[in-house]
Amino acid sequence: MTETGGTKPEGEKKTRTIAVGTIARVEGEGSLRVTVQDGAVHDVELKIFEPPRFFEAFLVGRHYDEVPDIVARICGICPVAYQMSAVHAIEQIFGLRVEGPLRDLRRLLYCGEWIESHALHIFMLQAPDFLGYESGIAMAKDHAAIVTRGLRIKKAGNAIMTLLGGRSVHPVSVKVGGFSRVPNHRELESLKDELAWARDAAAETVRWVAAFDYPEFTPDYTFVALCHPDEYPFNEGRIVAGSGLDIPVDEFERHFTEHQVSYSHALQCTLRGAPYLVGPLARLNLNHDRLTPLTRQVLADTGLSLPLRNPFHGIVARSVETLYAFEESLRLIEQYDPPPSPSLPVRVRAGIGMACTEAPRGILYHRYRVDGDGVMREAKIVPPTSQNQGRIEADLRLFLPRVLDRSNEEASLACERVIRCYDPCISCATHFLKLEITQVKE
Amino acid sequence: MQAIRIIGLGNHMRGDDAVGLLAARRLRERVGSRAQVIEAETAGVELLDMMNAADTVLLIDAVCSHRQVPGTIHRLDASAGPIAPGLFPRSTHAIGVGEALELARTLGVLPNKVIVYGIEADKMDIGRPLSPEVTHALHEVVELVLQEIESRVCTNSI
Repeated sequence: MTETGGTKPEGEKKTRTIAVGTIARVEGEGSLRVTVQDGAVHDVELKIFEPPRFFEAFLVGRHYDEVPDIVARICGICPVAYQMSAVHAIEQIFGLRVEGPLRDLRRLLYCGEWIESHALHIFMLQAPDFLGYESGIAMAKDHAAIVTRGLRIKKAGNAIMTLLGGRSVHPVSVKVGGFSRVPNHRELESLKDELAWARDAAAETVRWVAAFDYPEFTPDYTFVALCHPDEYPFNEGRIVAGSGLDIPVDEFERHFTEHQVSYSHALQCTLRGAPYLVGPLARLNLNHDRLTPLTRQVLADTGLSLPLRNPFHGIVARSVETLYAFEESLRLIEQYDPPPSPSLPVRVRAGIGMACTEAPRGILYHRYRVDGDGVMREAKIVPPTSQNQGRIEADLRLFLPRVLDRSNEEASLACERVIRCYDPCISCATHFLKLEITQVKE
Repeated sequence: MQAIRIIGLGNHMRGDDAVGLLAARRLRERVGSRAQVIEAETAGVELLDMMNAADTVLLIDAVCSHRQVPGTIHRLDASAGPIAPGLFPRSTHAIGVGEALELARTLGVLPNKVIVYGIEADKMDIGRPLSPEVTHALHEVVELVLQEIESRVCTNSI
């Protein structure tokens, strides 16, 4: 937040404006405008400028094997998610199924990304809200040991990304059919000690965040996540909604509709016309029985009961998933048997393919049309933050009445805290976030 | 000799934002064993790891203060105190260079000497080449960093 406005008469109406330059501690920038009339919230508009829309255009005309490296550039926080949804969609077109150790390595790489992304949000972006600090740096002054622990947890995720992806940001080893290079036993084993330390630190983190003070706030959510019969979902599963929907990924566009809103560059996505929630909270509520016994136990010991319906508990869900990701990484490393080849042979054929994977912030849907030469003819990308956009607006409508009697600055800070619950990756979905509250009185 | 580390930050796909990366690449060929060189495309909390165990860090990045003409080179001593956090372009991932340096200072892990060379950028659109002003500044900053290393190596060996 960089600036706030004030009250000013506007014709016969009295208009109170609260404008926030840039919402702090979200990934990227965007803008929010709130209008209040006669003491009631009239309009909530989250404005999003969305690079994936440009990337959809960039991809057309490119060869399929360039796609993983291009889509990795959509986001520096969740490049693996973009790469995974892309390679799965293209592999579907080519009739290719990546199984065994290659599938496990993709899952391990995804663990690394969840850890990196979740740890940053927990320790640097959202914890300061609960502990009463204006930033992660301010929090570090009083809680240096905790922040240092958080950075070390994140670094353990980076180490997975660097080993499997070739580097910790914008990994370069992912390709259609597998990887350009796979690690050997010894390389993976070298990660184990630090991952084991981080697993224990992650369990401690679950206990730490669960003890924060949470406001009473439980909107009526429709949770949407991937569900897989035996795994906590990363790369594969059916799309399931708490409302009873249970569909294969290729039916996504039949049930989920994107529509333009005049105030935003991003398309908003709805399920049968209504907003819905994707991300850690939705995933945890729909998949908690696929967590490991240890992770389930650590969560149960906090005394919190599922489903978690408070968006502020997103930090708990993120911490639980971080713990799970460490356990899962250790399991995958333990059972790793290097594949005979780093990738499967690819036979190009024309067609349309869809895939959905679980990005740190929720389901990420890709659809591609490829011609017989392997050239992209059409691309569609639906990132999680666009899907949550309508839900963030709905939450703000519900939350704002609680803070309208406060000063402009305090009301804006409260809105920012609600927005941060979603860990919106606005660098995927937006360019600039300004917050403006306009209060109109007759 | 105490460890000198050069860290060049940038995004090679975004016009003038590539200047830090390109400077580091050129310096790598010229510094020999006098300094370690890191080219990095991210500047979040990872900066703390990049600076780890270094005595002196020379950090090169594009800046956009909008107050100076493109190609202007700022030399900021971050070890003396906070540098303007709004100066650096890469704040889209919540923690930019200024914040990362302050975090390091707060946690007591800021190297002894941290000098930031900020090169005023012109255009940072996707797919653009370096602007002529920043191309000129690239040559200049490489020489400045080499001089800085020279003076530090000499000082240390006395």
